[in-house]
Amino acid sequence: MFKILSKTMLTPNICAMDVKAPRVAAAAKPGQFLIVRTGEDGERIPLTISDYDNEKGSVTIVTQGIGASTSAILDLEVGDCFQDVAGPLGNPSDFMAMSKEELAGERYVFLAGGVGTAPVYPQAKWLHENGIPVDVIIGARNKDLLIYADKMKEVCDNLYLCTDDGSFGFHGLVTAQLEAVCAERGYTHMVAIGPMIMMKFATLTAKKLGLKATVSLNTLMVDGTGMCGACRVSIGGKMKFACVDGPEFNGYEVDFDEAMRRQRQYLPQEKEALERYKSQKAK
Amino acid sequence: MAQRIDRTPVREQDPAVRAHNFEEVCYGFSVEEARREASRCLHCKNPRCVTACPVSIDIPGFIAEVNNGDFKAAAAVIAKDSSLPAVCGRVCPQETQCEGSCVLGVKGESVAIGKLERFVADYNRENPSEESAKADIPSNGKKVAVVGSGPAGLACAGDLAKKGYDVTIFEALHRPGGVLEYGIPEFRLPKDKVVKYEIDQIRKLGVKIETDVIIGRTLTIDSLFDKEGFQAVFIGSGAGLPRFMNIPGENLNGVFSANEFLTRNNLMKAFRTGAPTPIRAGAKAVVVGGGNVAMDAARTALRLGADTTIVYRRTEVELPARREEVHHAKEEGIKFEMLTNPVEILGDENGWVRGIRCIKMELGEPDASGRRSPIPIPGSEFDIETETVIMALGTSPNPLIVRTTEGLETNRRGCLVATEEGATTREGVFAGGDAVSGAATVILAMGAGRKGAVAIDNYLSSK
Repeated sequence: MFKILSKTMLTPNICAMDVKAPRVAAAAKPGQFLIVRTGEDGERIPLTISDYDNEKGSVTIVTQGIGASTSAILDLEVGDCFQDVAGPLGNPSDFMAMSKEELAGERYVFLAGGVGTAPVYPQAKWLHENGIPVDVIIGARNKDLLIYADKMKEVCDNLYLCTDDGSFGFHGLVTAQLEAVCAERGYTHMVAIGPMIMMKFATLTAKKLGLKATVSLNTLMVDGTGMCGACRVSIGGKMKFACVDGPEFNGYEVDFDEAMRRQRQYLPQEKEALERYKSQKAK
Repeated sequence: MAQRIDRTPVREQDPAVRAHNFEEVCYGFSVEEARREASRCLHCKNPRCVTACPVSIDIPGFIAEVNNGDFKAAAAVIAKDSSLPAVCGRVCPQETQCEGSCVLGVKGESVAIGKLERFVADYNRENPSEESAKADIPSNGKKVAVVGSGPAGLACAGDLAKKGYDVTIFEALHRPGGVLEYGIPEFRLPKDKVVKYEIDQIRKLGVKIETDVIIGRTLTIDSLFDKEGFQAVFIGSGAGLPRFMNIPGENLNGVFSANEFLTRNNLMKAFRTGAPTPIRAGAKAVVVGGGNVAMDAARTALRLGADTTIVYRRTEVELPARREEVHHAKEEGIKFEMLTNPVEILGDENGWVRGIRCIKMELGEPDASGRRSPIPIPGSEFDIETETVIMALGTSPNPLIVRTTEGLETNRRGCLVATEEGATTREGVFAGGDAVSGAATVILAMGAGRKGAVAIDNYLSSK
């Protein structure tokens, strides 16, 4: 059992939790994810790691209530426990394996979409601490859905905030903001984390601007250790497993349309489960 | 010589009924049936059944106790060599091992050794004795880590604990058991009743099991030695990586690896109404492959409501699955398309499976495995309409541990290189089961786990 040490509602439907998981905290690196379960029969839910504290033995996860299982996570309180926290899973961010020489001269820009902002934090933080120039562009539908703005400011050189409806910051998509500042900032590498559709268009924009493109794929998963293949994606025409070969891939090689289609495989069942969860909760 | 009596048939759930539920297919022997069957054993001087058993159970010995009606004594005989009797009595390929070597089988039918083993295990589980609390085993103070809680790891851990080692099993998933939990369906191997119980018995020997620990990620082999203080490691991480065919359409919606399909159903209990983890079998399903996993996937899809067909590139004679499983699958109404191989999975405009294009095969010359190799017949392509395709083509070992451990060698197939005794290319690291052999059986993995335990005991005793 893995105890929840703190819980902060970032928006009415997104929460950050510090969870006691000392071994995961000690091993976690930027770019990795973990799998949690609530309850004895709970679904295995992959979540990105948005921070880790080896001293406290805790990891920070950020969850948006979308389906039944993520809603159940939001309903947990401080002192409650996750049945399971397994990880860290997946490969650390590519830049972790790069030498100082290789990183010198790189200027990173992160495009963070919605709840995908959370996993950008440890990556930007690592680069920032290692003296690599890094900017972050956070996008959300509206002002109330913007998360991590204050935290992110501490770990990057320039932070840009965008909303689709113009209720805060730049009025428009993260890709438009990127186009607006790219030349001036001299980026070399774009990393996008967010909804699949956003990562698709981020990659197209990066291509237009001549930037390297990295994306972090949030596919369906069951075990998360390479066993089931639910997360398989086409990368440069080859079958890869997001859980063990990723989650980061070269955006130019990802078949996003296929990935989006595969993500929707259980949509009717997910809707049903959410209805069931809501009606059980109402009782 | 005892009077020749026929092999005792075992009672099973009606095929028409069981095709719609996940209850166990086989009911097992009653006390009377077991004693009758046990009376058939000839008690050979050189029992070939024992030699054929990968864990060398004293088969005539336990059968004699069943014949006497002392089922507790029978269990004690089995327990000397196997800690998973109710599992093995259900899933071992007895027909090619103990029963396949039984003298009675030469002219008639072999003793139903598997069903007797199962009876002994089930009887003692259902009638637990007061004194079954395990005698305290003096600890030798030496710590051994076991990676993976499948058959290899459990057998290794159990044997080491009996010798006084302080054993911890690390399991990546949230429930221990490995393939017994995620792979083999409830209708062949009940989880709570059988698997959990037998694992609990191993726990009672003092074995600790830590779930949610992925060796290669959460901890590494090196950290087990350096930080966690283990003096030897046994890797029994299995062969968990599913294979695909590399044909067009494999990423369409509705195509699953058998691993995914079975894990959703077995480990995540997706067959239960209201289970949080979804599964989708569709109205029609095609399973590609001919092994036990293919049979399990097909019979699961059938129970979830799909009209199910198995597609296999050789003939029924070459099916690698156990006869019993093929027989059960047929009884339940699974269709078999033999000498058939998929060439493409067909999708609709929304990217969902609508069918599978296959080609007819014929058998040519024997290949390296001694089996006649299938050759496509040009121009014989045909389509099977289906909503679901399940690929049951075998699995390979997971590379996670190898990639994160220096000095651990693998062969071309990604299997760990290990000696007959189980020693890997790293000092203090031993391995066995599917991680070394590639996908095989529960009992062979158990045999390898036991050998690993002996090797670890020798290694640590000589240190």
